[in-house]
Parts: sequence; structure tokens; C-alpha cells
Amino acid sequence: MANLSLYTVRAVVVMDGDGNRLIAKYYNRGQNVQSYKTLKEQQKFESELFSKTRKSNSEIVLYDGQTVLFKYVNDVYFYLVGNPEENELLLGAVLNGLVEAISQLLKYNIDKRSVLDNLDMVVLALDETIDDGIALETDPNAIAANVSKRGVDTIDVSLSNFNEQTVMDAYKLAKERFNLALLR
Amino acid sequence: MSWKKDEDSDELGALLNLDHSAVLQEARIFNQTPIRPRQSRLLLAKIVFLLYRGDSIPTIDATNLFFSITKLFQCKDMSLRQMVYLTIKELSTVSEDVIMVTSSLMKDMQPKSEITYRANAIRALCKIVDPSMLPGIERLLKAAIVEKLPSIASAALVSSIHLFTDAKDVVRRWGNEASEALNGKALSMGPSFFSGSANQNQVVSTSNIVQYHAIGLLYAIRQHDRMAVLKLVQTFSGQNKSGGWMSGPSPTLRSNMAHVMLIRYAVRVMENDPSLLPQLCTLLQEWMSHSSDMVSLEAARAVCQLKDVDSRPLTQAVGVLQMFLGSPRATARFAAIRTLNTLARTHPEAVQPCNVDMENLITDKNRSVATFAITTLLKTGNEASVDRLMKQMQGFMAEISDEFKIIVAEAVRSLCRKFPGKHSLFLSFLSGVLRDEGGYEFKRSAIEAIIDLAKNVPECKETALAHLCEFIEDCEFTKLSVRVLYFLGEEGPLTAKPTIYIRHIYNRVVLENAVVRAAAVNALAKFGASSAADPSLQRSVRVLLKRCLDDRDDEVRDRSAWALRMMDNEKTKDKYVRDDSTFALAVLERKLVEYCADPAASLKGKFSFESVPRISRAQEEESRNQARLENMDAVLTGTTISAPSSTRPIGAGISEAIETPGTPMSPGVSGSGFMDEFEQQARYASQLNAIPEIAAFGDQPLVSSRKPVDLTEAETEYVVRCIKHVYDGHIVFQFDVTNTIPEQVLEQIEVAMEPEEDIDGVLEPVVVVPIPELKCNQPGTAYVAFARADTETFPSVSFACTLKFIVKECDPATGEPEEGDDGFEDEYSLEATDLGAGDFMQSTYIPDSHSLWEVLGQDAEAIETFALANFDGIEECITKVNDLLGMSPLDGALKPKSKAAHQAVFTGKWMGRVKTVARTRMTYQKGAGVTMELAVRSEDQGVSELMVAAIA
Repeated sequence: MANLSLYTVRAVVVMDGDGNRLIAKYYNRGQNVQSYKTLKEQQKFESELFSKTRKSNSEIVLYDGQTVLFKYVNDVYFYLVGNPEENELLLGAVLNGLVEAISQLLKYNIDKRSVLDNLDMVVLALDETIDDGIALETDPNAIAANVSKRGVDTIDVSLSNFNEQTVMDAYKLAKERFNLALLR
Repeated sequence: MSWKKDEDSDELGALLNLDHSAVLQEARIFNQTPIRPRQSRLLLAKIVFLLYRGDSIPTIDATNLFFSITKLFQCKDMSLRQMVYLTIKELSTVSEDVIMVTSSLMKDMQPKSEITYRANAIRALCKIVDPSMLPGIERLLKAAIVEKLPSIASAALVSSIHLFTDAKDVVRRWGNEASEALNGKALSMGPSFFSGSANQNQVVSTSNIVQYHAIGLLYAIRQHDRMAVLKLVQTFSGQNKSGGWMSGPSPTLRSNMAHVMLIRYAVRVMENDPSLLPQLCTLLQEWMSHSSDMVSLEAARAVCQLKDVDSRPLTQAVGVLQMFLGSPRATARFAAIRTLNTLARTHPEAVQPCNVDMENLITDKNRSVATFAITTLLKTGNEASVDRLMKQMQGFMAEISDEFKIIVAEAVRSLCRKFPGKHSLFLSFLSGVLRDEGGYEFKRSAIEAIIDLAKNVPECKETALAHLCEFIEDCEFTKLSVRVLYFLGEEGPLTAKPTIYIRHIYNRVVLENAVVRAAAVNALAKFGASSAADPSLQRSVRVLLKRCLDDRDDEVRDRSAWALRMMDNEKTKDKYVRDDSTFALAVLERKLVEYCADPAASLKGKFSFESVPRISRAQEEESRNQARLENMDAVLTGTTISAPSSTRPIGAGISEAIETPGTPMSPGVSGSGFMDEFEQQARYASQLNAIPEIAAFGDQPLVSSRKPVDLTEAETEYVVRCIKHVYDGHIVFQFDVTNTIPEQVLEQIEVAMEPEEDIDGVLEPVVVVPIPELKCNQPGTAYVAFARADTETFPSVSFACTLKFIVKECDPATGEPEEGDDGFEDEYSLEATDLGAGDFMQSTYIPDSHSLWEVLGQDAEAIETFALANFDGIEECITKVNDLLGMSPLDGALKPKSKAAHQAVFTGKWMGRVKTVARTRMTYQKGAGVTMELAVRSEDQGVSELMVAAIA
């Protein structure tokens, strides 16, 4: 029985080269029967999936009764879990849209580090591509355009080290003040 | 302060080791004024990251976090706002009181807000909104759906689809807007400025995905209205050839994804209507040559899945798929081979042209593709190609994973069935792989394949048994040894030289663990008890068994003691060793569970085995095979065998086959459908017991009809099927009624039954259970019950049936009857229902019917000869007889081997108690029709006569 609703995607998982989950989003709206409810089940599924697919770069696999499409860029692994009966090329278009858009947003340099450094854009790109299991957009240009870039702040910080930066800033500021005071 | 002490640590590590308490600490920056958009955004990203990573945030923390986030609405920065929307959506499932932000979101939804604001606000709002608040934002959403900007329209449409699940009646009203969005022109110009941080470029999506969302919503709204869906399909099917971006005046589908959906809707609405089928085929053929892969794949797949399809579109579809097989993209190859694999199950000959392409795929680097290729080839291959295929498989057996080996073994197993002539090839292949390294599952499937071969191809039985003996000599898996020993016990005694097997079996007793030893003792016992065993063999077995009496393990000792005792007595031998029937395991399990669950049950008495129907081992085997085939594809496709989530309910496919109205049950299916019949009856029983008047008649009906009888033509306004249940003193007619008119609600539906003959003193109507209300496509059940005044007579009556009901007009969209409509009474006449002798007969397999036949003897026999001129062939006649008798046909009863003469045996229990055997012999002559002799023997002479009379 063909799927007559638009709910096509069951999950999107992004993993690093060691099979650790970076981002995972499971959708259980519509008729999608979600068999991975708990974190434990999800992790089991992901690690098994990873070990099954890591060696082959073969785009698609039927795993645990679902169609799984995957794509590697450097050390980042993108997985899209879809309905088993879904048109594979349609799912392929969705995954492609997501990966291409992220790639554009990260200036064609996807690796684990850049993904983590630009988490805000990655999660927004995912949100603009898939809305609760329904493909929202597949054109990478449109997805990338829909993701807003970071605004400007008084202090320029990058995400992963902004704790340290803030401290450093405070330290710098204090040092300047101190120097100023000394000069006086 | 929350920075890490270890300042040298990898900063990525810091992010990966993030935990929620640290983030909550940092969340204080949300309260700062002025708000720092960039920093806040990054922190929000961290929160989302935590959630996506799988951390759970306690509700109270999430709620606090949520409220501090709401403060960020003060800041107008676009980049921050988008992140806020996302965080709100993600927190909405964890946090409480998310409804608080409704007004903020509604403000952002206003037409004058920025685009990205609006699209995101719509999606966020629809996640948190309560269905009861929907009318408040309805106007905004409707406006957004018809919005020119695709991102806003898409957001609104997708949100509507989400909302449709909970608030059907509200969303239903948006049909016009959805269809406007669907037909709207592609937006090639217009203001789509993404202001905010930097991006002033206008980006227009090339996917036209709005149409996909619009068609999805439209279908969701109109899915029950066949005509509307049909119109939708026809609107978009005319102009498809032009199909490009430059749309003419008539609406076209520019989105490929929308087109895919359109194909599915078209198939759904047109497939079952014979008058539309040709049109559907033409459309699909046209769509198969669509420029987009996605669409042509979907069309080709749709053709392959059509129930009855001409060869021409099918050839084209296979051609399209063949092209995909050569695609460099694994996904395309996968999609094509998967479709072909399914098609090969029903039309293997249609797939044959692709054989060469598929052979190339056996070594495909995508394992799933290779697997599908092999299994498809096995279905389409002919005898000549088998040799080549086997050679190819042997070549790569060593280098593939266990999981894949299992698939190959399963595939070879199916091949064995198909080409028994090649048995020596298969056997040598299988015994070869058994010697290789491999896990349990793989070895098991290889063993099963050999056992299968031994059972089905008598010529190779001895060789197969020899291979099995060799295998258990050096087998690390206890379970497999037990399986093989059991099989040796079954088949060994019947061979010419049983002694060689006995040697192998006794070796196990000497060398193995207790479980295997016990199984070996059982196998020995079978040799000893076998009717083929000569006295010297029996003596040897006895000697061996006596030695087992000194075993270390008590189970082994018990079994050998039992075996020795059993062998002395002919009767027990028959009972334990030669019995060819078994319980219907599914029913046995269910009954045992019920028995254990009911605390009062043990007080009532022991568990009664009598109530569990028995089936022959052959039937059980058959149903297992069927289930195996059903499951095979799940296994094939790489589903982990151990994962319980993936195992489909056994026999699901079978019950579909039976329940499909109009398709005559093929003999093969009827054998395997037994389990489902029993399950079905159990379901009836629980339905009946839910009605107090009927529950009073007894625990459960003694006999229920095997399959429902249609009282209406298919595709009429009302569909009614009848099922008869017989109780000790009552007869209940169950009517399953379905209303197919969306504009009507039926109330007070009951079935009036007028007997066509006088039934006074035989049957008295007692209860009529009406259906209170019946909406479109919701089946309901009405009952009519009769009391049998005289339990000794079994009436054969025909009833004229009329459906009586009150009709109310209703809004097809909501299914609610219009107010103030009192409705009017109406009638609808149904086909007559017959009550015959067959309805009192429970179809049960009775083991050893032949000896029962002899025991019952001439005295209990009723015999008559019929000249049935109106039958044109034996097959037709036997099917009819089967229907009338309502008994269980024995093996081959329904499959006449010759056209001229046929003999069939049926068994059953009258009123679920009295054992009855019927034997028919029939001959057929062209022109004269069928001459049939029916002899029935039963424990009750009266029953025999009644059964014979049933045919006349």
C-alpha cells in the first residue's frame, strides 16, 4: 500500500567518523510508526546502522525494515531514514537538498569541526528541509537562503570556544583597565 | 563561572561534553539588556544541539528556559528570531505552558512581518497551538496558504497537514485555499527579500515544492470523496506532455514530488474501477516517459503493482526499470531492482528480459542491490541458467558476510523447490557451505534447505540424510543437532538401510551434551517403533535404549524408559509416534493464555484440549512455508533477523488473500489459511460475547461460517456480508454493513429476515441487534438471532433479507448529520441468505480419517449418487461441494489430478462434536456433466443423511 500522505521521513541522523551521533532528529508524526522511541533504542539502531554502512559507500540500504539513504562528506555521515515503501529517488532528493544546503552554508567545507562550529546553521538547515517528517524544501539554494546568517554582536565569538573567549575578553578588558590605571 | 578548568582541552571535546546544567547556567545571558543577538543565538543552538543529541532536560528546567527565551522576542534581529522559533518548537514537547508565546507568534505571522519571520512563526505556532484555539488563527493561515511567496505558502500548507490529524473539521474548510495554492502560477518574480543580516539576494526555489504540499493537503481533505480525487487527477493529467516551466493557461504540475503523489492518488482512485482502468494505464504509460526519474520510477512501479495489468504497459515499465538498473546512482539501481523483485513474484516472465542486467548486479558494491538481484534471478531464472548462477554464488560465498549467506541459503532453498531435477547440484553446494565457517542462523538455513530437499525430492533423500549425518558429527550448535536428529528420526526408518543412521545417532548419545542425547534417544525410539522396523532392528534399538537408562542426565533416562515402554504396546506406538496430526498451534497458544489469565478457569476444570482444533502436519507444514515465504522478503532486505520489531505478523498476506472478495480461494491458499480461519473465529467469538443477549447463548458459537457471504454486489451503495454462527440452541446471523455514500448517515440499521418457507416450530426469531449509526466507510455489525425450538431438527431454509434504516443527509466533509434533519426510512433489498446443513458443520481436520471411516462402518453410512448435468468440469463441481458441505478437505481434495475422474475426502465435526467423514467420487463426461457419488459416515446416522441431503 503506497503512502498517500506526505509523511516520508522518519529520522535524520548526522554522525561523525567514529559513529558518534552529532545530531539526530526522529520524527513520529503522521502514520510513521516510530519504533525507536527511547534514546537507548535509537543509539542501538544508529550504531548498528553505522557498522553496517561505514565500509561501503553505496548510498542506500534497507535496514530494519526501513529505507535508509546515506551520504558521507569527509568525516561527517548523513543518514536519512525513510518509509520503506517510499520512492527512493524522492528521498534521495530530500537528503541531497539537505547536504548540499549545509555544504553551501559551511562554504563547501563540511567536516566534523565545521559542523560543530556552525551548529546554528546546521540545525536551521535541517529545520528548513524537513518539518516533522514532511519534506519542506528540496532545493539547496532555497534552503540555504532560508537559513539566516549570524548577526553581529558587540563581541565576536565563535560557538565552540566562546566560554574561553568571554573569559579572555574579560581578562583583556581588565588588563587594559589596569594598564590605564597604571599609566595614570 | 562555567568554563572548563582544563583550558588545553580540545574545544570540540568541550562541545561534545556539554551538559545541560552548564547550558542552563549560561541561559542567564537571555536576561541581559540589551540583548546580544549573536551570543544568544549560539546559546540557543547549543540547547537545540543538546536536544538533538538525545539529552533530556527536566520539565521544570525546560519551562524556566522557555520563559527566559520568550524575553528574546524583544529583539528584532532576524538571525536570532529564527533560532528562537526553532528552540520553541523543540522545547514545546518538553516544557509546560508553551501556549504563552501564542500572541508573540501571531504578531510575527501578520502579513506585514518579514518573510522569514512569517514562515517560521507559522510553523512554530502550529506546533504549539491547541485545536480549540485554531479558529482564532484560521483567517491568518488561510491567507498564508494562498500567499504568493512559496516559503510562506509551504509553511502554512505543511502546518495544516500536521494540524489535520487533530483538527479535521477546521482544516477541512481550507480545501479551496489549498487548491488555489496548487493551481497557482509558479512564482518567478516578486518580492522575496531576505533581509536581516546580509542576504539581500532573492532566491526562488526551483523545486516548486508548494504544489507538493498543496496536493498533499488537498488529498488529505478530500480523500473520502472519490469524485473529487478523480477530478483532481484528471485536471492534471491532460496537459502533462508540455510539462515544462512555462506553464500554459491550464494548471500543470511543476513539482516532480507532487507528480509522484498524483500518480499514487490516480492509482488509488482508478485501480478498482474497471471502467477507468484503461484510462489509468494510458496515463501511467505517458508518465513513464516523464523527464524526471522520480516520476517515471513511480509510474513504472505503479504499473508493476497493478492487480491485473496488460502486457504492453508492463513491458514498458520493465523497460524503464531496466534502464535504471544500469544507472550509476545506487539509489536508482536499488529502486529498480526492488520493484522488479516484487514484480517477479507475480509475473516472473515479464522480468526475464532483465536477466542479463541483473546478473551483472550480483557483484554490485551495494549489498542490498546484489541481494535483490540474486533473489529476483532465482524467481525468473530457468533450468539452464541455474548452473551458471550457482557457480557464480559459489565463487563469492567465502567473501560475504553471514547475513548475506543466509539470504543465499534461503534462495537456494527456493530454487530446490523449483528445479528438483537439479538436486545433486544443490546438495553439493549446500553441503559445501556447511563445511565452511558460519554462524548459527546461516547454518540453520542451510540445514533447512537440505531437509526441504530431502522431503520433496525422494531421489536424493538418502544422499541428503548422509550429508546431515556428516554434519552432526561435527556440529557446534545444539539446536541444529536436535533439529537434524528429529528429522533423521522421521525419515530414517523409512529408508532401505536404517541401520547406518542408527549408528550416527547412537554416536551422539555417546559424545554429546544432555540435550542432544535426549533428542537422540527420541530419534532411536522412532526407529524402534516404526512400522517398517523388522524384529532384529527392534532388538538392536532396544539394546541401545537400555544402555541409555544409565545416562547421567535424568531427562535422557526418562525418555529412554518411556521409549522402551512405548515400544511394547501397539496402541501407544500409534498414539505417540505415528500420529500425523497436531494442534493448531496459534489457537492452542491463545487458549492457554486465556486459561492462565482467567483466575476462575482452573476452578472450572482442567484445560480442555478438545476445544483446540487439530490440523494435519502437512497443513501445518504448508502454513509454515507460506509464512516463511512471507517473511523471506523481510529477511532478504537486510532486516536483522533477531529484531522483533521487523517481524511481520505471520500470515498477514494470507488473510488478505482470503478476505479479498470475489477471488476464489486457490487450493494452495486454503490449506495455509487454516490458522487464520481459527483466528478469525476467535475474533467473531469475542465480538459476539460483547453483546449480552447473544453471550447468553453460550461461550462461543459451536460453528461459524468459514468465510463471509456477500449479500450485495461489489461497488453498490451499501455493502453487506453475512456470517452465520450456530449455537447449541440458537442461530445468529451476523451482518457486516458498510455505507459507501459520503452524503448520508444511516441510523437504526437492522436486517429484516423473511423466511421463504414455513419455519414455525423450528426457528423463532429472538433478538435483533441494530446498528445505531453508520457513517461513510465505517463498517458496522448488525445481528439477527433465532432460537432453535427443536434442537433435533436442522432446518434448511432460505431467507429473503432486507436492510431497513433511517437515512439522514450529512455534510460529507465532517460526517455530521445536518441539524433538524429527522431523516426518512428506507429499505434496501439484499440477496437471500441460505441456511443449510453445511452451516452446522465445523471444518476440522480429523487425523487418520481412513481408519475412522472403517470404524464407523456401513451402518452409519448414507450414500447417494447424483447426476449433475449443469457442471462443466470436475474442478467446478468439487468447489461447489466443498462450499455446501462446509467440511475440511484433505490433501489434494480440491485439486483433481485428472479431468475424467476424481476422489476426495472431507472431514468435519457436526455441531463441533460429532465426527463425520465424507467421501465423494466423481466422473465427468463431456455433454453428460458430472456424475457424483457422495458417501458420508458419521458417528450419528442422522447426520450422515442430512449431509447427503445437503447436496441435493
